[in-house]
Amino acid sequence: MYDFSIILASVINGTMTGAVYALVALGLTLIYGVLHIINFAHGSMLMVAMYAAFFLFAAGGIDPYVALPLVAALAFAFGYALQRSVISKTSHGRDEIILLVTLGISIVIENAALFFFTSNERLVTLPYDIEGIDLGVTFLVVPQLAAFGASLVITFLLWLFMARTDTGKAIRAVAKERLGARLVGINVDHIFAISFGIGTACVGAAACLLVPTFPVTPQIGYVFVLIAFTVVVLGGMGSFVGALIGGLIIGIAESVGGLFFGETLGKISISLIFILVLLFRPTGLFGQRLR
Amino acid sequence: MTKKTRKSQISRRTFVAGAGTAAVATGVIGFPAVLRAAPQPVNLGIIHPVTGFLQQAGAQCRFGAMLAVADINADGGIRSLDGAKVRAQLGDAQSKAEIGVAEVEKLNERGVSAIVGCFASGISIATTQAAAKHGIPHVVDVGVSDKIVQRGLKNTFRFGPGFGKIVKVGTERLIEINEKAGKPTKSLLIVHENSTPFGSGMAKLLTKGLGDAGFDVMDALAHPTPNRDFNNIVLKIKAANPDLVVPSMYYNEYVLFARTLERQKVKPKAIYSVLGGAASQYKFLKEFPTAAQYIMDCNHWYNPKNSDAFRVRAATEKAGKFYSYEVFTAYHAVKLVADAIERAKSRDRAAIIDALASSTWAGHFMPYGPTKFVNGQNQGAQPLNTQILGDEIEVIAPEEYATAKAVFPRPA
Repeated sequence: MYDFSIILASVINGTMTGAVYALVALGLTLIYGVLHIINFAHGSMLMVAMYAAFFLFAAGGIDPYVALPLVAALAFAFGYALQRSVISKTSHGRDEIILLVTLGISIVIENAALFFFTSNERLVTLPYDIEGIDLGVTFLVVPQLAAFGASLVITFLLWLFMARTDTGKAIRAVAKERLGARLVGINVDHIFAISFGIGTACVGAAACLLVPTFPVTPQIGYVFVLIAFTVVVLGGMGSFVGALIGGLIIGIAESVGGLFFGETLGKISISLIFILVLLFRPTGLFGQRLR
Repeated sequence: MTKKTRKSQISRRTFVAGAGTAAVATGVIGFPAVLRAAPQPVNLGIIHPVTGFLQQAGAQCRFGAMLAVADINADGGIRSLDGAKVRAQLGDAQSKAEIGVAEVEKLNERGVSAIVGCFASGISIATTQAAAKHGIPHVVDVGVSDKIVQRGLKNTFRFGPGFGKIVKVGTERLIEINEKAGKPTKSLLIVHENSTPFGSGMAKLLTKGLGDAGFDVMDALAHPTPNRDFNNIVLKIKAANPDLVVPSMYYNEYVLFARTLERQKVKPKAIYSVLGGAASQYKFLKEFPTAAQYIMDCNHWYNPKNSDAFRVRAATEKAGKFYSYEVFTAYHAVKLVADAIERAKSRDRAAIIDALASSTWAGHFMPYGPTKFVNGQNQGAQPLNTQILGDEIEVIAPEEYATAKAVFPRPA
C-alpha cells in the first residue's frame, strides 16, 4: 500500500490530465449533441491543430498559449468550411455515410500529414515549462496548470455561450428539434456548420495546451480521441458539464489505476468505467434519458 | 511488272534476319562496352516501420540504409557483377509484425536477393521467419532479441549485439564504473517498456544480471508503448529513492520519462540506461540539454576513433537528420549484404547466405573487428558506454574507445 501522499499526488496529476481529456472531448460532445455526427476525424483535426501550434512557435516564435486564440479561430474556420463544403454535401443526412465521410477525412488528413511533415515528432519546448508550483506531495508544472485552468475557463465560456447568446440558443433549438428550428426561421445549415466549427475550435484550443507536453506526430490524434469518446459516453452525449466531469474521472481513474495496478494494467480502469456506465447509466452521467 | 518489283524489294524476312545479324554483330564487335554498361541492378529489400508508433526510429533506419545504398552505388556498385547497382525495394512494416511479414512476401515476388531490416525485435522475429521460407538472406539491423538468432534459421544474420550480450556487458561496466567511484550506488530501480519482446526480455535480463552483480534491485516498473504519462512511475521512484535508475524503453517514452524526472525534481545519483531509447541520441541532447545531462547509456555506438564514422555523420547531418544508432546500424547492415554479394559474385540467394556465413568483413566503423558469424550472430559485436556531457555524447567505456571519463555519480 502506498503512502497517502503518493496517492494524493496521483489524484492531483490525474486531475490535471483529465482536464485535457475534457477539453478534447468538449468539441466531440458538441458535434455529437447538435449534429449527431460521430466525428472520426476529431483526432486528425487535433493533430493538424497541434502542427499549427508547433509551426507558429517554430517559425514565428509565438508561444502556444498566446497562439491559442489564433489557432482556435483557424480551427473554427476549418471546421465550418469542412462541414459546409464536404460533410453536409456528401452525407445526404444519412448517419452511416457521415461516419464513412469523417473516417475518410481522417485517413486523408493523416496521410497528408505523414507526407508533408514526415514521421518525425516535434515538440515545443518552452523556457518556463519546468517552472511550477511545489505542492509538497507533487510538483505541478506550468503546462499542467495552464491546461487545467484553460479547460475550466473554456468549458464555462462554452456553457455561457450556449445559455445566453442567440446563436447558442439556436444551436440548442436545432439539437432538440431540427424541423421546428427551420420553421421558425433558423438557418439550420449555418447552425450545423457553426457547431462543427466550435467543436473544432475546442480541439484547436486543446492542441495549444498539449504541444508543450506531447510531441506532435501524424498519429498523435489516436492517443486522445479514443479517450475522448469514452469521456463523451461517460459524461453523457452532448453535455459540456458531463464532458468536464467525465474527463476528470477518466484522468483520475487512469492515474490511480496506474499507481496500483501498473501502467499497463491500470489502463483497464478506463474500460471498466466505460462498461459500468453503459450497464447502469447508458445515457451517461449528465446525458438525457432515451425516449 | 509485278515480278520485276518483287526482285528489287527486300523481303520482310530477309530484313529481319539481316537486321538481327547486324545488331548482334554490332553489339559484340562494335559496342561491347555499351552492352556491359548497364547490368541488371541487384534488388535489395529494405523493411522498416516508417509509420505507426515506431515511425521515428524506422525512418532513421531507412535513411541509414538508403545512405549506404547511395554510397555503394557511388563507389561503383557491385564490382564482381560488372558494377551492378543496388536497387532498394522499400517496405513499411507499419510497426506491426504481421505487416512486416506481408512486406517480405511482396519483396519475394519482386525477386529481391536479400532483405535488411526491421529495427524492432518483434517485427524482425516475424520477417526473418518469413524470409527463411523463401530462402532469402535477411540481415537484422537493430532488433536485439536473442530469439532472432536462436531458432536455427540459416538465412538470418545480425551484425550488432543482442540484448543478452548488451546486458552482460552493461552490467560488467556498471560494476566497474561504480567500483572506480568508490561504490556510491547500491540500490537501483528498473523502468522498462513491456509492449514488445524487446522490453519484456530486457527487464528479465536486467533484473537477474544486476541482482546477481550485488545490486539491490528495488523494483522493475513496466509501462506500455506508447505511454503519455510517467508521473506515477516517477512518484514511485520518488517514494523508493533508489541510488540508480535504469531505464530501457523507446525514444519518445524515454524523453517523456527524463522530462518528468526533471519536472518532478527527482534526481537519483545516476541514470544508467541499457538500450535507453534516447539516452544516446543527439536529438534528445539538442532538444532537452538539461534533462539529458550526465545520462549514461550502454548501446549500439560507433568507434569514435574511426574517421569514416564522422564522414557518415557529416552526410547524415547535411541531410538534416540526427546521427542516431538507427542510422549507422542500418547503414552497416546494407554494407554487410553488399560485401556478401560482392564475394558471392551472384544475385543468387543461397550463394549470398553462404557468403554471409563465411564473412570476415572489416570495412566498417563499429567497434566489432572483422565479422565472424556463429548461428547468424556476429561474435565480435559489442555495445559501447556513452555519457551525455555538455553538448556531446562521449564514449566512457571500454577504455580503448573512450573519449572522456565518466562523471559518476552526477553532480548534485
